[in-house]
Amino acid sequence: MKTANKTVTAVRLVEDALKKAHEFEDYNIFTFIDDEGALARAREIDARIAAGEDVGRLAGVPYALKDNFLTPRGETTASAHILQGFSSPVTATAVEKLEKEGAIMIGRTNLDAFAHGSSTENSYFGPTLNSHDKERVAGGSSGGSAVAVALDIVEFATGTDTGGSIRQPASFNGIYGLKPTYGCISRYGVVAMASSTDCIGFFTKTPDDMNLLMEIASGKDSKDLTTLDDYYNDSEIKKAKKIGVIKDFDNDSVAPEIRKALKDKCDLLKSKGYEIVEVEMPALKYALAAYYIIVPAEITSNLSRYDGVRYGFRSEDSKDLEKLYANTRDEGFMPENKRRIMIGNFVLSSGFYDAYFLKAAKVRTLIVQEYEKAFKACDFLLTPVAPNPAFKLGEKVNDPVAMYLEDMMSVSLNLAGVPGLAIPAGETAEGLTLGLQLVGPRRSDKSLIEFSKELI
Amino acid sequence: MEINCETIKHLADLSNFSVSDTQSKSLEKDLGEILKYISQLDEIDVDDVEPTYQVFEMENVWRADEILEQDATREELLALSKEQKDNQVKVPKVL
Repeated sequence: MKTANKTVTAVRLVEDALKKAHEFEDYNIFTFIDDEGALARAREIDARIAAGEDVGRLAGVPYALKDNFLTPRGETTASAHILQGFSSPVTATAVEKLEKEGAIMIGRTNLDAFAHGSSTENSYFGPTLNSHDKERVAGGSSGGSAVAVALDIVEFATGTDTGGSIRQPASFNGIYGLKPTYGCISRYGVVAMASSTDCIGFFTKTPDDMNLLMEIASGKDSKDLTTLDDYYNDSEIKKAKKIGVIKDFDNDSVAPEIRKALKDKCDLLKSKGYEIVEVEMPALKYALAAYYIIVPAEITSNLSRYDGVRYGFRSEDSKDLEKLYANTRDEGFMPENKRRIMIGNFVLSSGFYDAYFLKAAKVRTLIVQEYEKAFKACDFLLTPVAPNPAFKLGEKVNDPVAMYLEDMMSVSLNLAGVPGLAIPAGETAEGLTLGLQLVGPRRSDKSLIEFSKELI
Repeated sequence: MEINCETIKHLADLSNFSVSDTQSKSLEKDLGEILKYISQLDEIDVDDVEPTYQVFEMENVWRADEILEQDATREELLALSKEQKDNQVKVPKVL
């Protein structure tokens, strides 16, 4: 990526990015653009460069921050009304690490409120438009971040992926999107959705940029005890030989263009001497149902903290405390937030726990085991990210189950904790981008990124 | 399991929502469809399978019970609430 130096200044890079951010305002990418703050920081970095200082590996690089990362610059709203007015005194560890290397946040990007959704239509601020077709969705939940990178406004953007929220918008916009191994990047200072599957990751235009960001952002954090030791930078690149395709995924639910993209990439790999093997993973067809039990259950718990008392929006004129909670939550959450909270309470409630939550946790075991078995038969898997290219705005937003089906190929990775890299895989005849995902065993993130270069 | 207006009321109570009648109708429909979808797990027999609740290679992580560092002061945190009085968050009457 382009970093600042004495001739191409950080101010110049940031001015260009800000100009484009404003030019593309009709895409509704940003919830906040930090014109003044970003320029002030660019001037600081230029001064340090002029003084001969080594500013870092991301010197003056403009980036976009998904609006569920905490920093004191601007409000962190998670695109939800209930967090409006909340400006955090705390900075997320991932943000600290990026900025220590000289990166400059130019704005916060739109998402489905609390990252609940697959189209960015569930945002309190309205949908983000697709970078290749303004009548279509950006994907989600990290839609704003994906479009900011795809339209070349910024070099990279951050995202969160609980069930596909980085990989699906990456594929809807023709860029790279990584969901790392669970626990690879600290989640300190990031709005929690489902703690057993939430991951931090990035959108980039190249595999090398992704690798650089992972080198910087990964590693143990004393503020997040669910971070793994610093394995990323010590990872040896695994030489892959066998690439697996999942038998059950190649069926009628996947659009013909995506099946063709998968076949084309397999042919490319074969021509380069790789062996393609078919693996059976029959439990994966239950992954989506298990996910939409486990994740709402965790959401119910994580979102119980939003009650209007300590921060964010508070409903006015409530006569007592009980009413204050109920009114604030009623007015502050989007319909999809409410559905998930209520489903979560249902699957955890007495009489239904065994039939739903416990059962889903058992199905999760089968999914973990199937991935372990698959990676004995092949080095990596190559699969679709989503069953279709970007769909029309409004097409699925009023049909929650249709929207959930968008995630059928992405959620199993989160349940198993394995990494997945969405890669560009051509376009449809109408010019919509297609994506596929490379999936590897836990801690194989670096090898996955390196291997993706074989598929360009 | 059928979702009716009683179930919605019960779930709304558990969730701390006040739900209007119009909202209740559409929630009945949506939640009913979601439950129908997730109930497909009925097809699968997992009686002898152990559950998985997390995929972190986790054991208990211990440390001394001491404050290492604080990223925000008491004043900064209090200032985030809508109303304060005597260094406390103020809310409407509780009883």
